[in-house]
Amino acid sequence: MSLTDADVRRIAHLARLAVSDTEVEAARGQLNGIFDMVEALRAVDTTGIEPMAHAVEMGQRLRDDAVTAPDLRDKYQAAAPAVEDGLYLVPKVIE
Amino acid sequence: MHQDTLAGLARRLAAREFSSVELTRALLDRAQSLGKTLNAYITLDEERSLAQAAAADARIARGEASPLTGIPIAHKDLFCADGWRTTCGSKMLANWISPYDAHVISRFNDIGAVLLGKANMDEFAMGSSNENSHFGPVRNPWEVSRVPGGSSGGSAAIVAARLAPAATGTDTGGSIRQPAAFTGVSGLRPTYGRVSRYGMVAFASSLDQGGPLARTAEDLALMLNVMAGFDPRDSTSVDRPAEDFSARLNAPLEGLRIGLPKEYFSAALSQDVATAILAAIEAYKKLGATVVEVSLPNQHLCVPAYYVLAPAEASSNLARYDGVRYGHRASEYSDLLDMYKKSRAEGLGAEVKRRILVGTYVLSHGYYDAYYLQAQKVRRLIANDFKAAFAQCDVIMGPVAPSVAFPLGSKTTDPVQMYLEDLYTISVNLAGLPGMSIPCGFGAAGMPVGLQIIGPWFEEARMLNVAHRFQQVTDWHSKVPPGVDA
Repeated sequence: MSLTDADVRRIAHLARLAVSDTEVEAARGQLNGIFDMVEALRAVDTTGIEPMAHAVEMGQRLRDDAVTAPDLRDKYQAAAPAVEDGLYLVPKVIE
Repeated sequence: MHQDTLAGLARRLAAREFSSVELTRALLDRAQSLGKTLNAYITLDEERSLAQAAAADARIARGEASPLTGIPIAHKDLFCADGWRTTCGSKMLANWISPYDAHVISRFNDIGAVLLGKANMDEFAMGSSNENSHFGPVRNPWEVSRVPGGSSGGSAAIVAARLAPAATGTDTGGSIRQPAAFTGVSGLRPTYGRVSRYGMVAFASSLDQGGPLARTAEDLALMLNVMAGFDPRDSTSVDRPAEDFSARLNAPLEGLRIGLPKEYFSAALSQDVATAILAAIEAYKKLGATVVEVSLPNQHLCVPAYYVLAPAEASSNLARYDGVRYGHRASEYSDLLDMYKKSRAEGLGAEVKRRILVGTYVLSHGYYDAYYLQAQKVRRLIANDFKAAFAQCDVIMGPVAPSVAFPLGSKTTDPVQMYLEDLYTISVNLAGLPGMSIPCGFGAAGMPVGLQIIGPWFEEARMLNVAHRFQQVTDWHSKVPPGVDA
């Protein structure tokens, strides 16, 4: 398997990363190197093996359905690039 | 004062030999001089640190002190601390002031420890050399032309250079153990779930675990006593009865069964490191331990499995940096999509972007089963290997890294070369096990070598005992880097 420049551009789009032409070329070589290394996984027989998603086997804990967090909106929004009336501002998405 | 260990300083503070303000002031001065040379800190806030120290002195005077009250601790700059800039080594968060405390930070605040400063690190904890920090590389106190390891490189350099008696770190693929080995300090990555991840900036959530770096196993136990414990705000925090990790430090080692995985002593391991490790094993035999050969047959699959799973989790976790709620926002953009793309492209560094691309690809339609799911299955095979090995032994020992600390810039051109640095550490993360590094000698160029101790799940107290007994009969852990006044 070998990634093309178009593959790298598609992945970068999915990842929401702007990439220049020179970055695409560098990334293609490096990603192909990483995927060559990872290729060893594909030859392993894992028939009947449960995927391991987490390090410690445990169920999801439930808590009481109660309000536990105080209202810290203003404190949290102090770090936002742009806010107005408690709302986060982004470029217009609906014409 | 700075020469003393954490345990020693705690005794002297309790005896009122000096105050926390005096100790904090002395360590802040060191941070401003030697700390700058090593580029060990990202943020210092003298006023805040000294205010905490004054409060600790008042607490000690009232007779309400705990063992670490008034002790200055450096924290890796991914532990959120209310009012402190918390950058995670990234331009993305270069100006972000945390509005809350991580669980680990509140535990230290509760007992009156002093936050001495925020330690430099690889961006978003991705790296094995601390060369990926937006704030510049950290230097190894033993030889400033060499790396301190990563990603907790600042924390390790701080402890090695006697800038602080202890520091926190995190270990997703070896990020506590490898820098500890490279700088000749002791480091412990606890069992997954031991230390709450609440307020720890996320890299790969199923692998991330916070832990301490210090000079001795005795000091690591004191640190873990503060850091460990159940926290309902972390959904993977393990609810177990509280443990005193210092209680069993002196237990005899007669009958201890040490497993040596035959796969660890291959051609990939440099001779100087192997020699130091085998000499440490001989010291353990004199302490009454026996050695058994064990096998971890899937060891060769650790690096490939990790470099699918960790980037996959990272690509999801780092999707939050979009320039909307916090972090860097590009100054010019045409629409929302363009704003996301440019903000992320400008705010994130090369290695972080590389891992996001790898992770995005292995999670994308058509590749998920072949890469991500297959890596999760291999992850179970790796964990099963450890279960089988621990049926034959109490702890596993081996190298932490294939070589001693390497020169800055020597592995930055080829990512795969850098990833192979993690050969001996990442299996522990995949399996969720506790792992340690303790100093066990010196190798090429007079650089320190670390001995890795891997224990069964939740056996940290036993591992600390195993490390402490070694430190009672050896003095590798008390060696001081040349140029650091001892």
